[in-house]
Amino acid sequence: MANIIVFAILAAVILCAAIFSVMTKSIMRSVTALLFVLFAIAGLYFLLDYTFIGTAQLSIYAGGMTMIYIFAIQLISKRRLQGIKEKIDWKRMTIAGLVALTGCLTVIIAQLRTAFFDKFCSVPDVEVPMERIGETLMGSEKYQYVLPFEFISLFLLACIIGGLVVSRNQKEDK
Amino acid sequence: MTFEYTIGILLLPLLSFLVIGLIDYFRGKNGWSHKAAGLMGTCSLGIVTILCYITAFQYFGMDRLADGTYATVVPYNTTWLPLGALHFDLGILLDPISVMMLIVISTVSLMVHIYSFGYMHGEKGFQRYYAFLSLFTFSMLGLVLATNIFQMYMFWELVGVSSYLLIGFYYPLAAAVHASKKAFIVTRFADMFFLIGILIFGFYTQSFNFSFTGTEIIGAAANTFTNCNADKAFLAGGMILPTALVLMFIGGAGKSAMFPLHIWLPDAMEGPTPVSALIHAATMVVAGVFQIARMFPLWIDYAPNQLSIVVVVGAFTAFYAAAIACAQSDIKRVLAFSTISQIAFMMVALGVCLPGHDGEAYIDNHASLGYMASMFHLFTHAMFKACLFLGAGCIIHAVHSNEMSAMGGLRKYMPITHATFLISCLAIAGIPFFSGFSSKDEIISACFAYSPICGWWMTGVAAMTAFYMFRLYYGIFWGTENKELHAHHTPHEAPWTMTFPLIFLSCVTVGVGIFTTLGGFLHWDWASFGSFVTASGTAYTIHFDPQIAITSTLIAIISICLATYIFKGEEQPIADKMYSLAPNLHRWAYKRFYMDEVYQFVTHKILFRYVSVPVQWIDEHIINGFIDFTAWGANAGGESIRTTQDGDVRSYAVWFITGVIAITLLLICL
Amino acid sequence: MVPVQCFFVLSALLFFIGVFGFVTRRNMIAMLVSIELVLNAVDINFAAFNRLLYPEAMEGMFFTLFSIGVSAAESAVAIAIIINAYRHFKSDSVTSIQNMKL
Repeated sequence: MANIIVFAILAAVILCAAIFSVMTKSIMRSVTALLFVLFAIAGLYFLLDYTFIGTAQLSIYAGGMTMIYIFAIQLISKRRLQGIKEKIDWKRMTIAGLVALTGCLTVIIAQLRTAFFDKFCSVPDVEVPMERIGETLMGSEKYQYVLPFEFISLFLLACIIGGLVVSRNQKEDK
Repeated sequence: MTFEYTIGILLLPLLSFLVIGLIDYFRGKNGWSHKAAGLMGTCSLGIVTILCYITAFQYFGMDRLADGTYATVVPYNTTWLPLGALHFDLGILLDPISVMMLIVISTVSLMVHIYSFGYMHGEKGFQRYYAFLSLFTFSMLGLVLATNIFQMYMFWELVGVSSYLLIGFYYPLAAAVHASKKAFIVTRFADMFFLIGILIFGFYTQSFNFSFTGTEIIGAAANTFTNCNADKAFLAGGMILPTALVLMFIGGAGKSAMFPLHIWLPDAMEGPTPVSALIHAATMVVAGVFQIARMFPLWIDYAPNQLSIVVVVGAFTAFYAAAIACAQSDIKRVLAFSTISQIAFMMVALGVCLPGHDGEAYIDNHASLGYMASMFHLFTHAMFKACLFLGAGCIIHAVHSNEMSAMGGLRKYMPITHATFLISCLAIAGIPFFSGFSSKDEIISACFAYSPICGWWMTGVAAMTAFYMFRLYYGIFWGTENKELHAHHTPHEAPWTMTFPLIFLSCVTVGVGIFTTLGGFLHWDWASFGSFVTASGTAYTIHFDPQIAITSTLIAIISICLATYIFKGEEQPIADKMYSLAPNLHRWAYKRFYMDEVYQFVTHKILFRYVSVPVQWIDEHIINGFIDFTAWGANAGGESIRTTQDGDVRSYAVWFITGVIAITLLLICL
Repeated sequence: MVPVQCFFVLSALLFFIGVFGFVTRRNMIAMLVSIELVLNAVDINFAAFNRLLYPEAMEGMFFTLFSIGVSAAESAVAIAIIINAYRHFKSDSVTSIQNMKL
């Protein structure tokens, strides 16, 4: 019962913040709403007893990425443009709304009609033990994730270097 | 007795064609001279001639079979294209008429090769000429050695191609190009009927062989036959095989220049004269006659009534061509029409054969004399007509013109040509002791045995033959000399390369004539042609019918005297009087009775306007239009979706998501 | 425990809100924000399915983990690109990059 209430609150926060994020004109407000969404999603993870992921979500997403976004906004947005009103492109909005609505309905109705969700089984409210996560993450047997782990570390390195290369100041070459 | 070496008869000319045609070394100073090409061609043909003579000696020296015929020897017969029950074969068939044709073709071809050394001297296309001559010889030899009608058709077409290439040898001249196209198109049109005939024949008899032994067909009764398509055959009332044979005859009529498909032969004289001698006098034009002779057992057994078509066509053509030849002034045209007329003689001779009645084997009645006479006339005609053409070539070489107005009185300057020309004219007129006498005499007696009208008609044509040939002879060698022309360039006798063939051919003419004339009188069976080549294959001795022999000789002599009287002198008052009496007739004959104009009218005004123009309209508007429409459609389709690429990544995303949703819905609903 | 359909509906709604935002917004950073919403929706989905339908398995959780990592990297690179594009086109709206227009 308590789970459901918590879930409802979190869901409400998520949806309202998300809608606000996509509809607002100011980019800073959009990012702030995104921050709220991320926090709420971390809350959902904690609700699901996935504390590890919840922590990761908080530290990576809510902490790191939002900072990146804010820095980027400061680098890019022109202060002089902040007074300019964007014209609302109604045509585009209608199309987007239609597409989104159709898609949403399709997905929801399609999934709810399958028998997929009858597999629901109730689980004890115990979080997944950390040892098990650690073993699975670092293990090299079947169904264990050391290879993706190593790979993602390389991947992150590549992205760092790529990001630096792409965004460096080109005038230094001349 | 093996005849394995006969493959050389076919391969050697083909090889020499390829070598002479393709090697680029006959360049004069930087390589071998052109003459080497000619020498190569002549030597290879000499070897072929020797092989043909060896084949002939070996073949006719063989013992006859039990029923008195010569065995048909097939040294090679390979299946080239198997198509179920039918198959296309290639091979060599040795048979009295094909061996005889081997001798004719190789001899005349060798003479023409030697002659061309002199005639084509200094000509720019010397190498090409000899290559084409070898190609022609190969094709003609393949035609006569064919084991089945389809191989004959293949080589038939090849012969047509060689003829086209050689007539159009002087291709810078528009007249030559026009003539070669005309020859090819007319013969090709006739060959369409030939092909249809072959296809009908092959479909119903399930083979392409010349006889029915070894095939599925059994003759149930005369004019009918049964096979796996028996119901179809019966539906057609037993007329299938005669139809096929008549269609094939139409093809042969085109190649042999029978009326109305004769229009190409006079124009084909645009080619070099040795080519006219080889192709359009001695060998290619007799292919139609040879075809009927080859299919003769089928004609006699299954289509004897249709032979009357052959007679009618041949008789009319003979008369028509002779009438035109009396009025021509170009010596090569006279000889061309004479060739048409003589080939018509051969056709008539084949057509007047009747099947035996009352159980009598048809060879023993007088009626199948026609077959043997036709083949004999083919042989002798090849020799003396080639001699006439080559002589005409010497004359043209001397006076540099084809017209009789540039000639006259040439007997002083060209004795050898004069003598050989005279011998050949006597042969074609049918004077005893020259070869034409026996052959023509036999044709006429066969015609009399068929019907008296036919006999007198052909006798009349023979008289006309003698008349116009001697008109030609006197016009060239006697009559008024063209002094102005001769003052510039005195005509001189031709070099030995050109006169040797003339001498050789006239010796053959005289020799054969003496043997057969004496043999006929003294009943020398060994010297008669009929001991070698007859319809059934058994020996047939020529009986001289004295009544016909004397009649025809008399008529020939009367015609010659008439021609002498009219045309020999320096002035020709009677000729001028005849001309003034009937100038229209003369003009019509000179214009070949306007057949060319009729053809031009039919093709241009009728066919082109009412058939070709609509077809061209359909091609341009409907077929092209359809293709243009598909192109337009593709273009318009592309243009219409071009605007979706607007550079904005968000609209791409919309399309993407829409597509995914659509596919999901599709998968759900299906 | 919360029924799994709730998580699923929430995830679907969040996903399509993100799509809507991506298609509608003109500012490049805002588009990136919308993409983050999409990615998070998917993460919720995986985590919920894993926990509520297949509790013994761990694949969903690890997928989510790696997805978070990859999203971070991808955002970094995207921002680098946006900065570069901003320098080139002197504008932060996506309509200024129309070189590939036909």
